[in-house]
Order: sequence, then C-alpha cells, then structure tokens
Amino acid sequence: MPAPVIEVRDLHTHIVTRWGTIRAVDGVSFTVGEGETLGLVGESGSGKSMTCLSVVRLIPRPAARITGGAVLLDGEDLVPKREREMQQIRGRKIAMILQDPMSSLNPVFSVGMQVREPVALYHGLRGRRLTERATALLGAVRIPSPGARLRAFPFQMSGGMRQRVVGAMAIAAPPRLLIADEPTTSLDLTIQAQYLALLQELQNRHRLAMIFITHNLGIVSRICDRVAVMYAGRIVETGPVRQIFKSPAHPYTQALLESIPRLGDRRERLTAIEGQPPDLARLPGGCAFAPRCPHVMDRCRAEVPPQFPVAPGQVSACWRHAPA
Amino acid sequence: MTPVGIDPVSAERAAGTLAIPERAAAAAAEPRRRRLPVLSLGIIGLFVLVAILAPMLSPANPLDQSLRNRFKPPVWMEGGSTAHLLGTDRLGRDILSRIIWGSRVSLAAGVVTVLLASAFGAAVGLVAGYYGGRTDAVLMRVTDATMSFPVILLALILAVTVGPSFTNVVVAIAVILWARYARVIRGQVLTLMGLDFIAQARIAGAGAWRIITRHLLPNTLNTLVVLVTLQVGYVIIVEASLSFLGAGIPPPTPAWGSMIAEGREFVTSAWWASGLPGLAILLVVLAFNVLGDWLRDTLDPKLRQL
Repeated sequence: MPAPVIEVRDLHTHIVTRWGTIRAVDGVSFTVGEGETLGLVGESGSGKSMTCLSVVRLIPRPAARITGGAVLLDGEDLVPKREREMQQIRGRKIAMILQDPMSSLNPVFSVGMQVREPVALYHGLRGRRLTERATALLGAVRIPSPGARLRAFPFQMSGGMRQRVVGAMAIAAPPRLLIADEPTTSLDLTIQAQYLALLQELQNRHRLAMIFITHNLGIVSRICDRVAVMYAGRIVETGPVRQIFKSPAHPYTQALLESIPRLGDRRERLTAIEGQPPDLARLPGGCAFAPRCPHVMDRCRAEVPPQFPVAPGQVSACWRHAPA
Repeated sequence: MTPVGIDPVSAERAAGTLAIPERAAAAAAEPRRRRLPVLSLGIIGLFVLVAILAPMLSPANPLDQSLRNRFKPPVWMEGGSTAHLLGTDRLGRDILSRIIWGSRVSLAAGVVTVLLASAFGAAVGLVAGYYGGRTDAVLMRVTDATMSFPVILLALILAVTVGPSFTNVVVAIAVILWARYARVIRGQVLTLMGLDFIAQARIAGAGAWRIITRHLLPNTLNTLVVLVTLQVGYVIIVEASLSFLGAGIPPPTPAWGSMIAEGREFVTSAWWASGLPGLAILLVVLAFNVLGDWLRDTLDPKLRQL
C-alpha cells in the first residue's frame, strides 16, 4: 500500500469552556491515501468538523487546543508547525470547502478577482496568463462561459454556481488533500448530485485525497471509499463503505443505518436512537454510547473500548467485539 | 450584506416575461428611489471651490481694518455699498472676504479631523473585531472611555495649556472622535467574521493582514463613507463652537465660529456680523448631513441608527 497523503494519529483537541473542558477530538486516528475518499459521519457535535479544523490548525483559539497526537501530511507532522508555515500549507497543500455557499465568497469583489487571488498567490502568475488560468479553473468546475463569468459578482450567481467557484478556488494549487465539510447540504438535490460528480471528477484528475464530512449516509455510499463513524469525539467504527453498509459492527453504526428509510421497506416507523446525544462536558466513564446502547454491558460503563478488528479493514470500538 | 440590485440582464429578461399588472404592482410596492441630492452636492462643491480659490475670490483682505467703516450693512440694506457686499464687522473688516477665508478653516478642520479619526478608529475596530478576545476587550474599554470624554473639555484644556491653534483643534476632536468609528467598524467586523468567506480565506492560507485589508476593510467601506460624510458636518460645528469659545482658531485668522462670537454683542444693531457666518455654517453642515443621509439610505439601509 502506498504511503498515505494524510495520517492522523491519536489526535486530541480540547476546548476549555465555562462548563468544563470538552474533549472535542479524543484520540482520533485515520489515514487517507491518494485518490481515496474518507467519509466522516456522525451527529452534530460529534467532532467531525473539529477533527478537520485541527488538521488545518484553524481551531478557535485560545479556547481550543491540540493537546496531543500527530497530523502527518506526506509524512510531515503539522502539529508543531508555526502559524507562518501553516499559512504556506493551507490552500497549497490542504484545501477545504465549507457548507454555506451564500457567504463563502466575498460580496464586494467580482468572482474573477477572487479566483485570481489564490492562483496569483500559489503560482506567481500575472496579467493575461493569470486570467487564462482563472478562466480555465472556472471551466474545470463546469461553469458555462467562464471568461464572461469572471466579471460577475457573487450576488449574481446561484448557490450551486457559487459553490462551484469555491471549488475552483480550492483546486487552484492543486492541493494534496481536499476537505469537504458538508458542501452540498444547502444545495437542492439535482445540484447536489451534479456537485458530487464534479468533486469526484476533480479528485480523479488531481489524485486528491479527500475527506468528506457529512451526516447524509446516502452521499457516503455514493462517493466514499471508506467511512469513519464518529461519536462524542471518537471514531467508533471504520471500514470500507460496502462492508459497513452490509454488516455494521458497532451498535451506534447499526442504529444510524436503521434510522434511514429504504425503498421497499415495509416498516411503519423508522427506528430512532434512544436518548440524547451526550453532553461532552460530562461524558460518562467508559464507552460514550453506553447510556443509549441496547447491548450495554457492565464493562462498557467502566472502560473505554479500544478498537477491535471485526473484518478485513473494518474495526469497531465496542466491547462486544473483544476477542474472547 | 448582499448588495441591493439585480443583474441587469436577468432583470430585463424577467421584465420581458412578466405580465404588465404584476410589474405595476411591483413598482408601486417598491419605495420611491431617493434622488441624488444635487443641491447638497452643489453647496458642498461651491464651498470647496471657494475655499480653494479664496485668494482670487475674496474682494478684500480679510484682515484689513477700517474703523470709519464699522458695521456697514450688506449691499441690499439701506446704507450698504458694493464695496462691502455683505457688510463689515466691528473693526470694519469685509465680512464676505472673512467668510470666504473662513471656509478654508472650517472645511480643512472638518476634512482633516474626520480623515485622521476615521483612519485610526477603523484600524482599531478592525483589529479588535478580527483578533477578538483580550485584544478586543482592552481596545473596546479604551474606546468606551474615550467616548465618555467631552470634546469641548479636552479642547479647552489643550487651549489653556498649549495655546489655541488649528492643530490643537484637529487633535482635540480627532482624539475623541475615532472612538465612534472603532465601535461601528468593530460591530461590522464581528458579523463579517462569522461568514464563511473569512474562514475560506484562512483555509486558503491568508494571514491576518490579508484578511483585514482584502476581506474585512472593503466590506466596511460603505459604513465608513456614510459615517465620514455625516461626521464632517459634526466636526465643522464642533470647530465653530471651539472658535466661538476662543479655544479654537486664534484671531485674527478668520473662522466662522469666532466671527459669530465677535459679533454677538451687536446682534440687535448689526445682525449680519454674526448672522451671515452662522448662515454659512448652517448651509455647509446641512448639505453634509443631507448627503450623508442619502449615502446611508443608498448604500446601506441597515445603518439607520447612525
């Protein structure tokens, strides 16, 4: 197996709040290789976005702090880097696409100025060649008549268009790793499908490693190679997409999959997960999912379960899978 | 803050397909567009020209005294003459010439002070809003303290200790006035900071300087322009008040405020000595305020409270 583009090892990010210290990212590890897509799924507040912000070191300071672990980008640890060095890595090596296309572009500058900026910054281009490159980028994200669109302002574009422009800016370098934080949640379904296809196309062309944050399992099954399921700041299960959808091992993953409606399903009601998402400031000792778990055992409340292999490539952090 | 307006092309297209009654209804529902304040711009332009061309326009030396010609009335009144179109003051100085030269003081004080105050205040607001946390807390407490200090008092202190001068007037007002800019700009920056394009810029590797100058400042320019315009009028009033109190521009330099002060004992017999410079202040300040109001309504209707 080739060396991964990004390897996160036992990452811990803590946030200090009035209500106590929150372990937003609590010992997360994963790797993503060239051309591979990792889906990061979980409820709101499970630490998906925090994990990714920790990777690019843009966690809200001074409240949040990376307290341990390593983030290896092509073998180089980003955690001890200075802010200046990180600025050279952001955009050039790691790009990110955020959720809200309505506010992701600066309203006072034309699209052209905004697309030119990263190109000029990363490649030192100017004048005609810069404009050509910017036009090519807009063309690459399938914006019709890109040359004319350079003069448009964000408010003259639809949400889907703007999100394409953001995509164009993200691949300006092109980067090694692209993090997409629910980029399609505010797009309508047809545009969503187009955008996902576009992301895959860009990924294939540039051999990008991609992390796709979402809570839409349908999207995960469509575009991801592997999934990591997060719960309360920890990854509770990882594995190849088909494996996870076919035979989820962790009770939380099982519950998540049970709660999606399926075609041909004759059940009257969907199964909901009992109880509330945990209060991160007051996590129970042991497994964080224990209070809501149907299979809970005494051991779950006492000790945090480590990850146990359940199938090739699939691991689950559940005591039920502990080798006897 | 989405700019108000429609893509002209799509608007045309929409207009072509829309039924006529709907268009009429839409036009009726839309508030009437405020017209360009031509009069205000004209008045401001006129005074700016007058200030620049003062040496050429003024019919007499504003400092020349002539005790035999004291309190000559303006030309349209009985006893007035074309030698002094707006009459003379208690030392027989030509009032028109003094108003013309005085416009230099008022406009220069207004513009220079507001530029200094807005530049400094905007910088403080941008830094406070961008960095947040302790930086923000410290800067905003300083701002609050500054705002609670009366301008007139500071100017009087400066006048007494250092002596009155144009520089002191500008300094005294600017040193207090920046706080307003700092507050308003910081407020805007706080809303901007929550928007994705700032996060997106950071992710693209932009540093503090780049984000502040390329993303935050351009998005606060509307507010700045409105505030600057409104404040020029305010500063002209403050400068005139200071000159009126003798803490502003020292005599014999003609300034509108001190002209009012000098004529005030004789208002009943020679109203023009105080009244005409007062009218000049009124015209200029009113023009700036109307222009500022119009800019605010046109650029950003959300700023009504300024």
